Amino acid sequence: MSSRRIFARPARFAAIAPYVWMALFFLVPFAFVLKISLSQTAIAQPPYEPVFDLTAGWDALRAAFAALSIDNFKLLVSDDIYVFAYVRSLTVALTATALLLLIGYPIAYGMARLPKSWQAVAMVLVIVPFWTSFLIRIYAWINILQHDGLLNQILLALHLVGQPVVWLSTDSAMYIGIVYSYLPFMILPLYATLAKMEPALEEAAGDLGAPPWQVFWLVTFPLSLPGVGAGVLLCFIPIVGEFVIPDLLAGSNSLMIGQTLWLEFFTNKDWPVASAAAIVLLLVLLVPLLLYERLQKRQLEQGR
Amino acid sequence: MTDELPRTGAAADAAGGDALPAAGQPLLRIEGVAKTFGTFRAVDGVSLDIKAGEFLALLGPSGCGKTTLLRMLAGFEAPDEGRILLGDKDIAQALPHERPINMMFQNYALFPHLSVRDNIAFGLKRAGMARADIAARVAEMVALVKLEGLEKRRPDQLSGGQRQRVALARALARRPQLLLLDEPLAALDKKLRENTQGELMELQRRLGMTFIVVTHDQEEAMTMASRIGVMNAGRLAQVASPRELYEAPRSRWIAEFVGDVNVFDGETRLRDGHRLVIGTRDAGTLVVAEPREPVGAGKFSIAIRPEKIKLSRRAPVSEVGRETTINIIDGVIADICYLGGTTTYKVKLDTGGIVRASVANSARLDVDAYSVGQQIVAWFTPDDCVVLPS
Repeated sequence: MSSRRIFARPARFAAIAPYVWMALFFLVPFAFVLKISLSQTAIAQPPYEPVFDLTAGWDALRAAFAALSIDNFKLLVSDDIYVFAYVRSLTVALTATALLLLIGYPIAYGMARLPKSWQAVAMVLVIVPFWTSFLIRIYAWINILQHDGLLNQILLALHLVGQPVVWLSTDSAMYIGIVYSYLPFMILPLYATLAKMEPALEEAAGDLGAPPWQVFWLVTFPLSLPGVGAGVLLCFIPIVGEFVIPDLLAGSNSLMIGQTLWLEFFTNKDWPVASAAAIVLLLVLLVPLLLYERLQKRQLEQGR
Repeated sequence: MTDELPRTGAAADAAGGDALPAAGQPLLRIEGVAKTFGTFRAVDGVSLDIKAGEFLALLGPSGCGKTTLLRMLAGFEAPDEGRILLGDKDIAQALPHERPINMMFQNYALFPHLSVRDNIAFGLKRAGMARADIAARVAEMVALVKLEGLEKRRPDQLSGGQRQRVALARALARRPQLLLLDEPLAALDKKLRENTQGELMELQRRLGMTFIVVTHDQEEAMTMASRIGVMNAGRLAQVASPRELYEAPRSRWIAEFVGDVNVFDGETRLRDGHRLVIGTRDAGTLVVAEPREPVGAGKFSIAIRPEKIKLSRRAPVSEVGRETTINIIDGVIADICYLGGTTTYKVKLDTGGIVRASVANSARLDVDAYSVGQQIVAWFTPDDCVVLPS
């Protein structure tokens, strides 16, 4: 009896721990950002108003609430800059995710088919870039992609180009950077599903008359869809909000929403608009998440 | 490539029919097939003819190469040496989807994302059958394995026995010339396994199909197969009917692998017509029947099945005009193992050795049972003994 009570408490705490974590580090900051997004800029410290002062009494608090407005959200919708930034973010994320899937799937498939001892080696090779800071790796790409960088030297040496190619400040450079950085996040979930797939399933498909390409499309790929979903989400969502890679590698003529947000916050000192942009970004990203959730639930319930 | 090969039933139907070899005619010929993995020679020169309509079991301990041989027939492994002739075409290097052979996998390998119906229809769709024909064939297969009403279920919504039936239906749907079964009953519990054995045999007879089943379970092989190929260390040790395998094993290893056996080592002392007199260390001098292929003088092993050894309180009196030579050895009951239908007695012989004798418990009350320490006579005829090269 007493031992049950001793163990019951940590167990109960373990069950609510994720919720406590989410409340402390997601809901509370989210509430702050939401409040700021409904405020107006001010030349003050902090640079927005109204400011809630819990010591000022009931009437002051009510006045502060009354001063909140959704003007910032109206601005986001009416100003092309923001709409374009959202569209560009989604386009870049979609393109990059498609590229990642195209490149990551064959790698994950190849890894899953390696002899067991080599699979561990391949896994380490995939993860090893994380040993170095992300920022430093992106700077390294600047080095590789610059006018007299490694890539151009190789292309020139192989006589593939006559002149050095301009890579930096182009979308190509940005996509190279994004694909390079996010590849492990695509490969690992794909590898996990492919590696645990029973080899007999593919053999059975072949045995029943399916040539190799049909074996892949009718059995391997459908069964790897959970991995595809996880990999796509793990890449797509952070890429939409990506700031560092487009800022360092892409040109400055069209910005992603992460960059726009940064500009509003640090250059324009417009915290409320930056907050509103962040809230909208969150809502936009909620859509694919919910879709995936529903898809998974449906798969669980009825299959196919 | 596909066009040069004999078609599967399903493909053959679509192409307008293709006669299968009549029952008893050779269907598949395995010639000197070998397969090496790294330095391990998994299959080491196996030759075997399989007749249309037969039920062949490949039996052997794990690692004996039986599964590798089956996988080479299915096309999942390519032999390093030898030929696999189906009709007069060598299919040794053909890919799995090019062979008119289907396989039922050990853990069934049902497609988890497809319903029962789509699992069964999978091979038919690949054969390019018309929609209506596929529906009809699936319905026929579902009825054959008694899965009516479960067509829309997915594999994870089925019991083990039901999954086994789906796997069987899926493998049979294309009407293959040859069906391979890899440990088809290993995942079922004992009672279900026995029922399913009977059903498999019934099905095979009714469809007139050729089955090759791989199993490590000798009772299963004995029950189902018309012929058993015993494999050891990559080679076929003996191919024979269950009865011949049990009563006339070709080597000591086979005698010991298939069923229980008492073995005595000895040397020929005398040859008297069709009788050999052999001196053994553990059982004294024994008179045994000369094997079918006469043997010279030298060292031999004598194998006697436990149920061939009779026990009695007194030495048996030979009847006039009958075979009079009987091996009689005195001994003491050392151990008793009651198994329900039979009892196995361990008898310490006065000559030094120990024999196991299996006695049917034909009476419910144990009036005839012996007790430990009881003086006894163990006896058997020369024909009960199998002479094997040492």
